[in-house]
Amino acid sequence: MIAVSNLSYSAGRQLILEDISATFEAGKVSAILGPNGAGKSTLLKCITGSLTPDRGTISMNGRRLEEYSLTELSVKRAVLSQNTPVNFPFTAEEIVLLGRNPYAPNKNSAMDIDIVHETLELMDAWHLRGRSFPTLSGGEQQRVQFARVLSQIWDQENAYLFLDEPTSALDLKHQYQVMELIQKQCADKYWSVIIVMHDLNIAYQSTDKSYFIKDGHVHTFGDSKDVISADALSEIYSLPIDYAARHINFHAIQTD
Amino acid sequence: MSLLTKQVTVSLPFLRFRFPALGLLGLLLLLALVLAISIGAVSIPLSKLITSDLTAQQQAVLFSIRFPRVLLAIVVGVALAVSGAALQGLFRNPLADPGLIGISTSSALAVAIVIVLAGPLTGLLGLYSLSIAAFLGATIACLVIFRFAKLTGQFSVTYLLLIGIALNALCAAGVGFLTFLSNDEQLRTLTFWTMGSLGGALWPSVIVASTIVVPASFVLIRSARELNLLLLGENEARYLGVDENKLKRRIIIATALTVGAGIAVSGIIGFVGLVVPHLVRLLLGPDHRLLIPASAILGASLLLVADTLARTIVAPTEMPVGILTSLIGGPFFLWLLVKQYSGRFGL
Repeated sequence: MIAVSNLSYSAGRQLILEDISATFEAGKVSAILGPNGAGKSTLLKCITGSLTPDRGTISMNGRRLEEYSLTELSVKRAVLSQNTPVNFPFTAEEIVLLGRNPYAPNKNSAMDIDIVHETLELMDAWHLRGRSFPTLSGGEQQRVQFARVLSQIWDQENAYLFLDEPTSALDLKHQYQVMELIQKQCADKYWSVIIVMHDLNIAYQSTDKSYFIKDGHVHTFGDSKDVISADALSEIYSLPIDYAARHINFHAIQTD
Repeated sequence: MSLLTKQVTVSLPFLRFRFPALGLLGLLLLLALVLAISIGAVSIPLSKLITSDLTAQQQAVLFSIRFPRVLLAIVVGVALAVSGAALQGLFRNPLADPGLIGISTSSALAVAIVIVLAGPLTGLLGLYSLSIAAFLGATIACLVIFRFAKLTGQFSVTYLLLIGIALNALCAAGVGFLTFLSNDEQLRTLTFWTMGSLGGALWPSVIVASTIVVPASFVLIRSARELNLLLLGENEARYLGVDENKLKRRIIIATALTVGAGIAVSGIIGFVGLVVPHLVRLLLGPDHRLLIPASAILGASLLLVADTLARTIVAPTEMPVGILTSLIGGPFFLWLLVKQYSGRFGL
């Protein structure tokens, strides 16, 4: 479980997040949604500790984030960032193997290799394992990086998984597969999963909880099926109500 | 549970070639060494060397000229190649070079100040003052880089590069101004020094350079695993348990020391730090655990061969080895740029 309380963050004089409080439960997939520039990625960066908030606290499993050492975090928490280019010709398999580094600094065990192969297969990237990472397409790179992040906490229960737009470069089939996989792993291994995303359709279908961020505040939160509604969308995204309703109807048709 | 306890060494694919590869490179170095020792103004054939059947003149040449020269080429080659490999990892950019963050030019400026302002310096005293100046230049560059990087709140690679550009411009202006001030004799010293040469090899410079380069290179080799993780990105390395700020600090200090030591004894020898890690990456892949030691050996071999060429092809005089390395390195760099542009970079 992750608890954020009274979190504020500003870059220079610009206040980006103001007094945010939220709880993200274990065993649930939570989506952070909202318009461009609302502060979604900033919130995620505060939660991962790569940005230090001006005020407020973040605690994981009742313990404050600052009290965790980097080593402790590296076996309990994995983060997929938005853009992670690699300019050196590592193979896809070697990239994923780097995810097992916290467990095997010097030599990889057979279990590490098994986990790497399993995550590669689940991300539909097994056939890419021998390819040079920089030559892969955007979607392929995203799947390989996803496999690396998964392999980092694959054998851990109660772990934390933070994803920043994990499906942005994926085609429909892979979006579906990835979200299905996240839901299953989250429930089976009791992970706390937080996903920053734009696609309301995916959020509606594949996440348990949704948090709408607008202008640095939590605007609305609750069960995804409840809070992703025409009224909410119209207000949060400043859309004409009929357009928002059409968007909702679109995924209603898909799910029913 | 048996899976958990079964510790089997399954290495990355190319690591299987680790020891054969390093062994082969070692053989190459040995070959270059024998070549460099026997060839020169006074020829010392291998057969005579093995049987110790040497004339007094050959012995004198061997111990006071050939050995220090060959050893210095090895030490400087290691320094340049290892610092290049480490900096390329640190900046996550295969085009990085020790000159990039301003360490080399800073050293150059310090040396130029000594040459032009301190009057004529000859012999051991001269060598020592130049060495100390180059160290100081490199150290000052590091301190400046650190101070500015801290101002920005985080140790961002982008800022480092920008600071490097500013430092390079500033120091180049300084060197230019000093060149303008210098008299004919100083100008000549300055010019030769900026071209890079191992002609001044004496035992003291070998000892000074190796006592710095060897430990600093070990620090870099020991950081290889963390450097691999840093290639994923600074935040990604942190998520995987690496304190990336400490790592960066360690690498910058070790690199400044090796580069400063190399520059102090040999002047600016360009492109070795760029070309060697590239060749190793082409042959053995990008894993720093193999890349750094292999670069050290290949760098030593290449500089040894280049220096042997530099002192023999225009005999009885010799040309600065820096000209030769730049002659090979320049086109290589352009080729890399074209390769990067066409999207097949580093393959």
